[in-house]
Amino acid sequence: MAGPNSFYGPLDPAPDAGYVDAPPRMGFFTDTSVCIGCKACEVACKEWNLVPDDGFNLLGTSYDNTGGLTANSWRHVAFIEQPAAGSGHGTDTPGAFAGMPTGPSASAHTAVVAAGTSQDTGTDPGVPAAPDALAAAATITAPGTQFLGMPGADLPGRTMDAPRSDFRWLMMSNVCKHCTHAGCLDVCPTGALFRTEFGTVVVQEDICNGCGYCIPACPYGVIDQRKDDGRAWKCTLCYDRIGDGLTPACAKACPTESIQYGELDELRSRAAHRLEKLHEQGVAEARLYGHDPNDGVGGDGAFFLLLDEPEVYGLPPDPVVTTRDLPDMWKRAGVAALAMAATIVVSFAGRRR
Amino acid sequence: MRPREERERPRDERLSPPPAGHEGSGLSRDAGGASRSARRGGKGRGRGDRSMVPPADFRSYYGRPIVKPPVWHYDIAAYLFTGGLAAGSSLLAAGGDATGRPALRRAGRITALGALTASTYFLINDLGRPERFVNMLRVAKPTSPMSMGTWILSAFGAAAGAAAVAEAAPILPERGVLGLARRLLPPVGTAGQYAAAAVAPALATYTAVLLADTATPSWHAAYPELPYVFAGSALASGAGVGLLAAPCDQAGPARRMAVCGAALELYGAHRVETTKGILSEPYRDGRPGRLLRAGRLLTAAGVAGAVLGRRSRVVSALSGLSLLTASLATRFGIFEGGVASAKDPKYTVVPQRERLAARAAEVAASDAKTTDVPEGSGSGGIGV
Repeated sequence: MAGPNSFYGPLDPAPDAGYVDAPPRMGFFTDTSVCIGCKACEVACKEWNLVPDDGFNLLGTSYDNTGGLTANSWRHVAFIEQPAAGSGHGTDTPGAFAGMPTGPSASAHTAVVAAGTSQDTGTDPGVPAAPDALAAAATITAPGTQFLGMPGADLPGRTMDAPRSDFRWLMMSNVCKHCTHAGCLDVCPTGALFRTEFGTVVVQEDICNGCGYCIPACPYGVIDQRKDDGRAWKCTLCYDRIGDGLTPACAKACPTESIQYGELDELRSRAAHRLEKLHEQGVAEARLYGHDPNDGVGGDGAFFLLLDEPEVYGLPPDPVVTTRDLPDMWKRAGVAALAMAATIVVSFAGRRR
Repeated sequence: MRPREERERPRDERLSPPPAGHEGSGLSRDAGGASRSARRGGKGRGRGDRSMVPPADFRSYYGRPIVKPPVWHYDIAAYLFTGGLAAGSSLLAAGGDATGRPALRRAGRITALGALTASTYFLINDLGRPERFVNMLRVAKPTSPMSMGTWILSAFGAAAGAAAVAEAAPILPERGVLGLARRLLPPVGTAGQYAAAAVAPALATYTAVLLADTATPSWHAAYPELPYVFAGSALASGAGVGLLAAPCDQAGPARRMAVCGAALELYGAHRVETTKGILSEPYRDGRPGRLLRAGRLLTAAGVAGAVLGRRSRVVSALSGLSLLTASLATRFGIFEGGVASAKDPKYTVVPQRERLAARAAEVAASDAKTTDVPEGSGSGGIGV
């Protein structure tokens, strides 16, 4: 039951919540370096959990029109268009493109081989074709326009003179972190939010009365109130699936295994291995986020491998569970309450006039 | 098939891009996650270069908020006032009764019940599912200030309700069942009044913990002083009731309450507005800033009137009114300041970045120290 780290610090949440013989803690490892931004996770989540639509908005910022995690979006694929760091401007991750080739996208020879088929198609892919949109676009320097690095539609090798763009796309499927120290769970006044035997955090929709306290309590801005319903909703880590040994819908649907589901300890070692590999390959800006049991929320049940600073993806750089300071808050309130009582005594003890 | 209109729900404003002209919108709105954005705290917002906060340099995901702003409506801001008013006036009633000032007792008891009723309405009305308000009584959770507040308010409500109903005793007939009630009510009312007064300081200060125990940047940062602001504001509003309702010869304690409460409130508010770095900014800028400045002026005016106008019934009443309005303005200012801080990612990212930088510097310093010691003892031969 409640121990010295119940408010803050490393902890295994399920036994701390009172589970005897709890199964291993389950979680997500989302490796953004292999995310292709397909949003299959968003769709699979909505379908399995019967989550209503989130409005059909065009946000006008990137290919992301979901915007963020809400009551009606329990997975959110962030999409960032970013001038690359090779030139050293725009980001503080110099070397994001260091060591990458800067010439044409492939040599003519490899392009011929790559595009070649067993049968003669009657075309020679090595021959430069008509003026190429990619190359043409790259030469446009009109103020206010920027070449976004859209891939060419032509065969590889036909566009030998196409430059490498200095643009990169970052994609990340965001989700509830299922914190070790969950602010939403701590502040819930009805007990609607609870800790499952898998160490995850779930809202019981038949209990929640829509007080809304969990929403500002979440340091990641995940949980949200559904407008036409009044109650708070968020990712359940497919509590109804994992209890039967199934993989959560989003991880099941992910075509690149960017979203990996499993025992948290196993995922953490897998992530450390992947990070090491990426660093070996020269991707120096790769970093893990939310994996550390010593961080402000005691480590996340759903953690990430990122390619830039967390705030670029809309994540807080150093989240701390608000209830870490709660004992101190109650003490301060107690002192203020005593000051009130003392004021009354002083006010009424004075001489009568 | 349903008509199209029926399927269209109101557009969630949090999903649409932030308006470009929105106050606090900086380069980050345009540059999005793609680049750094520099912004000057407080500059160019109408009040000149008074800010002591250095220019904020941060990145974000297309300028979108990171933490969610509270979904609470003005009901909760209003409850902060009515809850404080209930606490302050029940303390006034207890003091008045104990020292033989019936006007203070009567006004305090009746105001406490009125404010309590309003509080209950505001709290239940703000729920997403008001019919489920009883679910609040399923658990008692010290980690949830709202759960604690529910129990505090319930205890206070029963006691303050009994005290206020007892005020009706003199108008009951002297015979029969109601006559029995007429004789029983006064002692019950007195007991309720003191019970309510015992709970009142908790009622007035737990709301500060309620706001501070969130990830809303400016509320959380204000947690050390927020209870003083709310305690002071509750005392000042209770004093305001006394000044409004009691004749001059009974209002002396209310004047002293006003002075002490205002001092507590102004001290706390000053600390909140000046010592939290960039997180003090939302309390100085825009509407929250105007509300808090108005609250300060009205408090000062109310205290001045209460002290200087002690012979005039009219000046005292006006001072009381001024103190009540001040309390209302202060509560709305604090409420809106927090909401503003949640809507701008600057207030989430910049302080957390500062925290990380400070921690990194600390680690670097301790590393330097541990590597220095063996060097120094080795080369210089001086054991440290």
